[in-house]
Amino acid sequence: MSLDPATVRRIAKLARIRVEAGDVGRLQGELNDILGWIETLSEVDVSGVAPLTGGAQIVLRLRADEVTDGGMAEAVLANAPDRVGAFFTVPKVVE
Amino acid sequence: MLTDLTITAAAGALRRGDFTARELTQAHVDAVAALNPRLNAFITVTSERALEQAEAADAALAAGEAGVLAGIPLAIKDLFCTAGVRTTAGSRILEHFVPPYESSVTANLLRDGAVFLGKANLDEFAMGSSNMTSAFGRVENPWKRVGDAEAMLVPGGSSGGSAAAVAARLVMGATGTDTGGSIRQPAAFCGLAGIKPTYGRCSRWGVVAFASSLDQPGPFARTVGDCALLLGSMAGFDAKDSTSVDLAVPDFAAACRRGVAGLRIGVPREYRADAMPEAMERLWRQGLQWLRDAGAAIVDVSLPHTKYGLATYYIVAPAEASSNLARYDGVRFGRREDGHDLTELYERTRAAGFGAEVQRRIMIGTYVLSAGYYDAYYLRAQKVRALILRDFTEAFGQVDALLTPTAPTAAFAQGEKMDDPIAMYLNDVFTVPASMAGVPAMSVPGGLDAQGLPLGLQVIGRPYDEETVFAVSQVIEDAAGFSAMPAIRAGVAA
Repeated sequence: MSLDPATVRRIAKLARIRVEAGDVGRLQGELNDILGWIETLSEVDVSGVAPLTGGAQIVLRLRADEVTDGGMAEAVLANAPDRVGAFFTVPKVVE
Repeated sequence: MLTDLTITAAAGALRRGDFTARELTQAHVDAVAALNPRLNAFITVTSERALEQAEAADAALAAGEAGVLAGIPLAIKDLFCTAGVRTTAGSRILEHFVPPYESSVTANLLRDGAVFLGKANLDEFAMGSSNMTSAFGRVENPWKRVGDAEAMLVPGGSSGGSAAAVAARLVMGATGTDTGGSIRQPAAFCGLAGIKPTYGRCSRWGVVAFASSLDQPGPFARTVGDCALLLGSMAGFDAKDSTSVDLAVPDFAAACRRGVAGLRIGVPREYRADAMPEAMERLWRQGLQWLRDAGAAIVDVSLPHTKYGLATYYIVAPAEASSNLARYDGVRFGRREDGHDLTELYERTRAAGFGAEVQRRIMIGTYVLSAGYYDAYYLRAQKVRALILRDFTEAFGQVDALLTPTAPTAAFAQGEKMDDPIAMYLNDVFTVPASMAGVPAMSVPGGLDAQGLPLGLQVIGRPYDEETVFAVSQVIEDAAGFSAMPAIRAGVAA
């Protein structure tokens, strides 16, 4: 499975990373090298094996669905690159 | 010199009143001022805050209320959020980020009286094995090849600044995080002890996330016993981390004194890399002999899926990273680049804020999770991960711990392996499998290579059995008598 330039641009779009036209070729080569290398996994027989999602011995805990924290708008907004009052700002989304 | 003491010795001396915490911290503050401009081990230095913490430690010592780490100067990897102190993750995108909260691990250290000298440099978002991807510049390894004072070596990564700072005696210990080897490999490259505990032993809350199913905090120090003290403080159940394990924290320092008589130590045959340097091969055999001499039985074992560890890692970790790093969008915190619409704002912000390696990994992760490729890459990798864990589970049916090299080579020079991402990834060939399985693993210095550079041995243990890992590591440390010191260190003219 080798990536073509259109696929590289599609991945960049999905990842929300701007890639200049002149960089597509370089990225295509780098990503294909890495993907070619991880291709070795296709030789492993994984039939009947259940996927392991995380730390082996972990059983996720449940807790009561209740509010345990909050009321700290200033702390949440403290690092905002731009804000108006108690809100984050973004470029106009709806015309 | 105060800066040459171990944490264990300094803690005793502080209690006897041989010197004050203020004097101990001042000695390290001076060392940072003298050597950090060259080594670049710290991104942010917090000397004033450290001296205030030292005075508080002196007051606690005088009142007989001092915690186990009272007055001990540490470096904190700049991946741990520290309230009111800039936390960058080594990235431009967080260049001005000041967390309003403290990570659980650093809060535990502060509870026990530790003094923080600053935030240690690292590969950007902990993605790297050389510290070369930091947006805040490379870190110089304080060790030098014999007869070659010019060559600048890497400290390893991603916790390269932490390791360099401890090795150069700028601090007595440091925190790191380990996702595929980011504590163990720099510990080996800098002649230190460093442990990645079992996944879940230390809370990830407040640690900037890279690959959440693998990330695990742990300590660096110059001795195994000092690592035991630090881990005892850092570890513990935390309700704020859903994967934190609710187990009592054992007395790791006591475990260091257990010895290895009667233990069975496994030698995984798949760890014999083709191109392993002779010195590494010899040290590995020597390590096994030390353990045999101390009463352990050496047993050959097989971890048949070892050779798939790295490829599995380079699917799972980028996949999780692509998801975790989606939060850096230029809206809620971090750097923002303006755009005509929201998508352009996102794309420009992330292109400007992330370095090349981080962008590569986000894109690989995005691809292996995308429609049509998820089963072929990500799901398959998770199944191979299950097989890697099964290898360890079966091996631990026969042995109590494993002994392997930590890294295939000693520290390499800055600039090497930079053109080929895969050559860089191969550094982690021996450390990644334990990460995939979530088991504890420690690097302990065993000796020097022909060029005078430190080499590390890795001790891997059963889940939640850090105690055996410490016991085995201590026997190696005692037998090795590793007393070499780096060329660049506090008190030595650079």
